[in-house]
Amino acid sequence: MEYIPNTKEEQHQMLKAIGVETIEDLLSDIPSEIRLTRGLQLPPPLSEPELKTEMLRLSERNADLLHHVPFLGGGAYDHYVPSVVGHLAFRSEFYTAYTPYQAEMSQGLLQTIYEFQTMIAELTGMDVANASLYDGGSALAEAAMMAVKITKRKTILVSSTIHPSYRAVLKTYLSGANVTIIELPSENGATDLVTVGKRLGEDIACILVQTPNFLGCLEPVEGLAQEVHRHGALLGVSADPISLGLLKSPGEAGADIVIGEGQGMGCGLNFGGPNLGFFATKKEYVRQMPGRVVGATVDTKGRRGYCLTLQTREQHIKRERATSNICTNEALAALSATIYLSIMGRQGLREVGRLCLQKAHYLKHRLCEIKGFEMAFARPFFREFVAKTPVPPSRINKKLYKGKIIGGLDLGELDRKLKNHWLVCVTEKRTKEEMDHLVAAVKEITT
Amino acid sequence: MSESLIFEKSVPGRKGYSLPDLDVPEVPIAELIPADYLRKDPPLLPELSEVDVVRHFTNLSRDNYGIDQGFYPLGSCTMKYNPKVNEDVARYAGFAALHPLQPFEQTQGALQMLFQLEVALREITGMDRVTLQPAAGAQGELVGMLMIRAYHQSKGNLRRKVIVPDSAHGTNPATAALAGYQVQVVHSNADGLVDLEDLKHLVDTETAALMLTNPNTLGLFERDILKIAELVHSVGALLYLDGANLNALLGLCRPGDMGFDVVHSNLHKTFTTPHGGGGPGAGALGVKSRLAPFLPVPVVEKTEKGYVLDNRRPRSIGKVHSFYGNFGNLVRAYTYIRRMGAVGFRKVSTNAILNANYIRTRLEKVYPVPYNRFCMHEFVASAKKFRDKEVHAWDIAKRLIDYGIYPPTVNFPMVVEEALMIEPTETEPKENLDHFCEAMLRIAKEIEEDPELVKTAPHTRSVTRLDEVRAVKQLDLRWKPA
Repeated sequence: MEYIPNTKEEQHQMLKAIGVETIEDLLSDIPSEIRLTRGLQLPPPLSEPELKTEMLRLSERNADLLHHVPFLGGGAYDHYVPSVVGHLAFRSEFYTAYTPYQAEMSQGLLQTIYEFQTMIAELTGMDVANASLYDGGSALAEAAMMAVKITKRKTILVSSTIHPSYRAVLKTYLSGANVTIIELPSENGATDLVTVGKRLGEDIACILVQTPNFLGCLEPVEGLAQEVHRHGALLGVSADPISLGLLKSPGEAGADIVIGEGQGMGCGLNFGGPNLGFFATKKEYVRQMPGRVVGATVDTKGRRGYCLTLQTREQHIKRERATSNICTNEALAALSATIYLSIMGRQGLREVGRLCLQKAHYLKHRLCEIKGFEMAFARPFFREFVAKTPVPPSRINKKLYKGKIIGGLDLGELDRKLKNHWLVCVTEKRTKEEMDHLVAAVKEITT
Repeated sequence: MSESLIFEKSVPGRKGYSLPDLDVPEVPIAELIPADYLRKDPPLLPELSEVDVVRHFTNLSRDNYGIDQGFYPLGSCTMKYNPKVNEDVARYAGFAALHPLQPFEQTQGALQMLFQLEVALREITGMDRVTLQPAAGAQGELVGMLMIRAYHQSKGNLRRKVIVPDSAHGTNPATAALAGYQVQVVHSNADGLVDLEDLKHLVDTETAALMLTNPNTLGLFERDILKIAELVHSVGALLYLDGANLNALLGLCRPGDMGFDVVHSNLHKTFTTPHGGGGPGAGALGVKSRLAPFLPVPVVEKTEKGYVLDNRRPRSIGKVHSFYGNFGNLVRAYTYIRRMGAVGFRKVSTNAILNANYIRTRLEKVYPVPYNRFCMHEFVASAKKFRDKEVHAWDIAKRLIDYGIYPPTVNFPMVVEEALMIEPTETEPKENLDHFCEAMLRIAKEIEEDPELVKTAPHTRSVTRLDEVRAVKQLDLRWKPA
């Protein structure tokens, strides 16, 4: 067994040193009633070559996006991952390391986390960011819980334009807490400001919105911030960092907490995970922030170094009074994002944003030329938009798939009110040719 | 020499990215997005060439330490070798370049993998159903506690409290509190095991669950597990296993056969998915059938039409992950399971136990083991006797760094003063165990002869000991331009 180095002879030497005859002698604490008297019923072990063949065969039962052209988003995005990201993040000194509890042996990783925190704070317009959370869904839940703790208020307002899975995760996380969740209706594809004004009061801890929202529309964050702050509540914004090279940061627009999903930044798709939750907020709330955080300090010789800090907020010290139960996070995804943002840089991230924006608008324009297609909402959008379709989108998607195109999300399958609504996504990877191809195919199907 | 920050290396105008030219007619941005939605200046990200970026992160990696470089006996963390074949398989396009919202017909291989991984984990843990969605152990705990809550609610009484041992991981009480429960602590007895008498006093009809780690954090098997299970079940409460230490049990015994109702397993520990410098993990959660209706959605099912994700489960606790969990890690764990098979797993657990007992035997005279008996996959020694030299467990840990070894977990569990928690795993060759033991014995001598050497360690890294107090008092969590 190549992963277990002990030879029979070495086992024998070790048993002798311990002073027992067999390994079985070491297991005497396990009551005999519960000892497994049979072998586990598992498929027989495979050698490495057999294993690779078997797994490759399994993987080939999937329609991978190297051989298909996706216009599918809905919370997971096919952004380009530069070659350097995988080569650097998967250096084994990084990916086979544990959480950097022993700072002096983990300076490299700690510095990358400090750089990640800096980049996230910069993109979101916040003062501080943590070292990562699981995903966009749990990050939203952590934001809500922090707002409840800070304001000591027990009701939160959640926009119905936030990704339905994020809202579902939020509901699950808060099901053990004594907190009321109220969903805010939407108007023309974004949070309805009139209802916001009516619902806000002394009992509201926070309002949570997402921009671009699940329907692709940009939310009027600035207008919301003014309303929210008038009532002493906090504004939590779930943002997409890929858009933030181009769009105003939520912090500048008045957010108090900015969270979101960072999968688009060099993490790939991986059928939805590992993803990258991030969490950023204002300085004054740093001690209520969930998750690990790295700080700069000095060593005994006065040299700059980094270590995990503010650990008294965390579960291993505070136990049942911790700010969150999170321990393991998404460090490697955060490292991938740090490398991604380093290689894209100041201009590159903006350029990715520009390409997404221009191409998405081109496709919108072309699609809306087809009879029966129109935009569902009159709002500014970034990379994704909802088109009303003359036939159910799943029918269009089925036909498109025959031409190796993976169409957008059929929103009618999630919400009956959105029957014949198609959520179409265009990243910087899509070409004019691919989009023209899609348009031609759609035309053929629907006319 | 320490590496300057990536922002400090930035050169205005330098470029490392490569993107295609815009191939559609450009519309002025002002016509697409109102000006007050736009960022005025690009964000302050570094401007670097590709080689700058490559050297920066390569040099930083050289100032880090992973299991591929050497021994990592970090107790409770199961830092075993991560097979390279797992990495190759996880990168197959059919797994890596797959969108989570593609229709089921397009993702049958992924769903089949998830289904078969669930079947394997059911068999290994002895549970009836397993959800693969939790992104880490602590999230698995939360799912488990919320399911326990839903179960009690369905019986008409939510119950108020959850019991955890004083030796438990911090995530246990933190999770119980997050799920809305009061936390009660059951003490350990003189053998380092759950004190049954104390447990009897605590358990009543308001007890929702006992969260237990077995083997416990002292590396000892809870010999009275069947009595504990009986006691917990006698008041209608449930028994939860923190499966952080599952590596010790593989093929020897199963949590499901010991009376556990809910079990989480850290796939990034026992099932070799790399820890990634702090994550991603994967916290598969197994339950007995009476809890299955409450599983988070979606659940993978095999139907006549093929594999599907079932979202229509009215009694489910809801969703816990934006999609289906850390799929990339699940591919790695499944690959490992197919590599090992039943015989392989028995070798894993028995060699992990052998290695731990070997180190324990070699060190016990110099580093007393307060609860000293045959241990399972790890054991906890104490450095208390060095206090008269003003040397603490923490100092010994720092000195081990100079011997090129990642230190054991220190000062945990809290039931042992000056704890050194040592878990070698099955993947470490004997000569490395010997090297570790010799380093530990030499450090004990150094403490006698030159305690300052140990108290000021490490001496061989890019930095000496860091001022962690200053890090808290003068918070510096991000770089800012001068």
